[in-house]
Amino acid sequence: MADESSVVDGAKKGVALKAVSEGNLELVTSPHSHFGWTTSRIMWTVTIALLPSLGAGIFYFGPLALVPVIGAIVGAVGCEWVVGRINKKADTVPDGSAFLTGLLLGLILPPGFSPLHAVLGGVVAVGLGKAVFGGLGDNIFNPALVGRAFLQASFPAGMTDWSTAVTRVDAVSQATPLGLFKFGEPSQFLGDITTSKLLLGNVGGCIGETSSLAIIVGAAILLVTRVAHWRIMGSMLLGGVVFSGAFSLLGVGPGPLFDILSGGFLFGAVFMATDYVTSPNTTRGQYVFGAGIALLTILIRRFGGLPEGVMYSILLMNAAVPLINRVTRPRIFGATS
Amino acid sequence: MALKSFHGGVHPPEYKELTEDKSLEVMPLPAEIFVPLGQHLGKPANSLVKKGEYVRRGQVLAESSGFISAPVHSPASGKFVKMLKGPVVGGTTADILLIKPGEPDPPKEGEEGAPVDSSPMLLEPYRLEMVSGEQIIERVREAGIVGQGGAAFPTAVKLSPPPDKPIDWMIINAAECEPYLTRDYRLMLERTDDLIDGILLIGKALGETVNLGIGIENNKPEAIQALREGVVRRAVQIEVFELKTKYPQGGEKMLIDAALGRKVPPGALPMEVGCVIQNVGTALAIRDAVLGGEVPATATLTVSGLGINEPRNLQVPIGTPLREVIAYCGGANEKARRVVVGGPMMGFAAYSLDAPVVKATSGILVLTEEELKAPPETACVNCGKCAEACPVNLLPFRLLKLAKAGRWEDTRDLGIEVCMECGTCAFTCPAHKPLVQYLRLGKKNVRNLPRKES
Repeated sequence: MADESSVVDGAKKGVALKAVSEGNLELVTSPHSHFGWTTSRIMWTVTIALLPSLGAGIFYFGPLALVPVIGAIVGAVGCEWVVGRINKKADTVPDGSAFLTGLLLGLILPPGFSPLHAVLGGVVAVGLGKAVFGGLGDNIFNPALVGRAFLQASFPAGMTDWSTAVTRVDAVSQATPLGLFKFGEPSQFLGDITTSKLLLGNVGGCIGETSSLAIIVGAAILLVTRVAHWRIMGSMLLGGVVFSGAFSLLGVGPGPLFDILSGGFLFGAVFMATDYVTSPNTTRGQYVFGAGIALLTILIRRFGGLPEGVMYSILLMNAAVPLINRVTRPRIFGATS
Repeated sequence: MALKSFHGGVHPPEYKELTEDKSLEVMPLPAEIFVPLGQHLGKPANSLVKKGEYVRRGQVLAESSGFISAPVHSPASGKFVKMLKGPVVGGTTADILLIKPGEPDPPKEGEEGAPVDSSPMLLEPYRLEMVSGEQIIERVREAGIVGQGGAAFPTAVKLSPPPDKPIDWMIINAAECEPYLTRDYRLMLERTDDLIDGILLIGKALGETVNLGIGIENNKPEAIQALREGVVRRAVQIEVFELKTKYPQGGEKMLIDAALGRKVPPGALPMEVGCVIQNVGTALAIRDAVLGGEVPATATLTVSGLGINEPRNLQVPIGTPLREVIAYCGGANEKARRVVVGGPMMGFAAYSLDAPVVKATSGILVLTEEELKAPPETACVNCGKCAEACPVNLLPFRLLKLAKAGRWEDTRDLGIEVCMECGTCAFTCPAHKPLVQYLRLGKKNVRNLPRKES
């Protein structure tokens, strides 16, 4: 490290810097300039971008919707801290990644979800989703989605119960639009779910996923701050339009607008698929990744046993990331092959 | 019209405003100058002088030691004290000739002989209309001119491409894409006509058919204007390429891509696509040597950074220790933390201020915490920002991991040898990984690998 005093002394004596042949200047490889970003700044920016969605969830489902969100954050951050102590490594809680994982998980839970189960989900998200792979940067699957997949498998009833929350939602019961579409009467469905309700969030669903408008505000924050690039979001949305549109032309499914505005499609595109760690880092790979998620989601929604398919689609595409990175490697400048 | 540019790159904070309006000044000779024998890429020169000998400015101190080498001349008239091992920039220590500038001792009482001449040694100046290509190349070699762009490659070699590589474009690299540096900008404004002479001379050396151009970033509109007016006034054929301000626009490959749309293949030199690139300072040194008969005695450089009290553009005698230059610019302030020689993106951190200014020194920066922005390294989150910014389309994050694991063959397969160490990746990295350090390590180890069978 530099001994600054030598520099200062020199200036005072008017002879600039005093003898430094003993090696007390800072010796570092170039570049000697930086964009100024840090990992934690990115994490907290995403967290801020999620606040509109959290706000919309509280607005539509009442303040108690905060309870599962807090539960998931407590579980995730607690697990990060404990793992750090066990590994005797520097405390990684302040970098914000565990907090973000907890918040993301909380926002994709039903509003009345059990807080204890949410804590458990947070622990699994960070523990099994991230820590076992070696921590931040080394995980294959999106940790928040790992947590949600665990909760879906462990507490299927709680994960599909949309009626327990105090709610402003005035749609028929509190069933989700996708659930209605899959299991309800088409006539009833068509009458009650309007595009404007889907856009504003006045429908049943997960806390953070309900308001498309809030998610779009979040997306704008990510894009303007350049934390996320439009490539994955854009290709996933375009893929949704193309694949859903193609099926609806064949007479299968409700069409692109409904597919994109309902369930976790938009939330997944903006906040889950864009996770740096678990998405491709080549430009072309990002297009493939987004389009692949869209295709899988629409296939699951149309032909699968579940009403929703974004979570499994992203997890499946996460697994394909190393392969995608490999086949979409950019061509080196001036190379012919 | 879209400005000419290349794919990738970054926009580092420019800080050019610190010095861009400061005219070039001549720094006086210090009491002692330290002239390294190796001021160029290639073999160091062989010393010719004897201890205690009086040398004149422009006198050959050391002769070229091979094809890729360059002679070293005395930057001042004075006494050659001794040869010593001393610190140099970007390395450890090297052979250095210590010269004490001054008048020769008066002849002692009763001593015979004419008084020693202390005037500068000049070569015979040529005239622009009369000089031949061969004479230009020979003069450039004789004057020991080296590239001012950073690598300090002997210029005469660059002006003598092999016959199987026809050259149709010679472009002056006036992008000056490194932040802080404004010396090329000042030279373009203050020596516009000399620069045009230099460009015409390089064109002559490369053959009459070569097209001439100069590429300038559009953050220097006055320089673009000055050159365009100069070209019209002199009625010469020099194309002024206006380039987008983006780092590393001044990388040879990026410049050629931006100006002509030609892509230099991996591992090849610009001549592969019919191009020769020369720096502004190099063109002026060629002009001075050919038309003025002078060998390089000073380095034109920018002294800047928030840590220096009086940022300036200076002509510094070659061999001046960094500390003297910093003192001449009012010294460093208490925020100073790192001294960088060259630009902030590719320059070297100086470990000793005894290291001297050499022919190719382009800047001395005294940088503070505020400019360095160097928080501790954190985990790589695979954001891919390095890959997005890499001007030669490498995957720096991947190469970092492979280099850390010592998997040199794999780094070679991913093209690590194409890396020009521009620092764009490390500049963008939110995890503050020492990417350039590991890329250099990887390149060094790849060079040592047994050759790949093909």
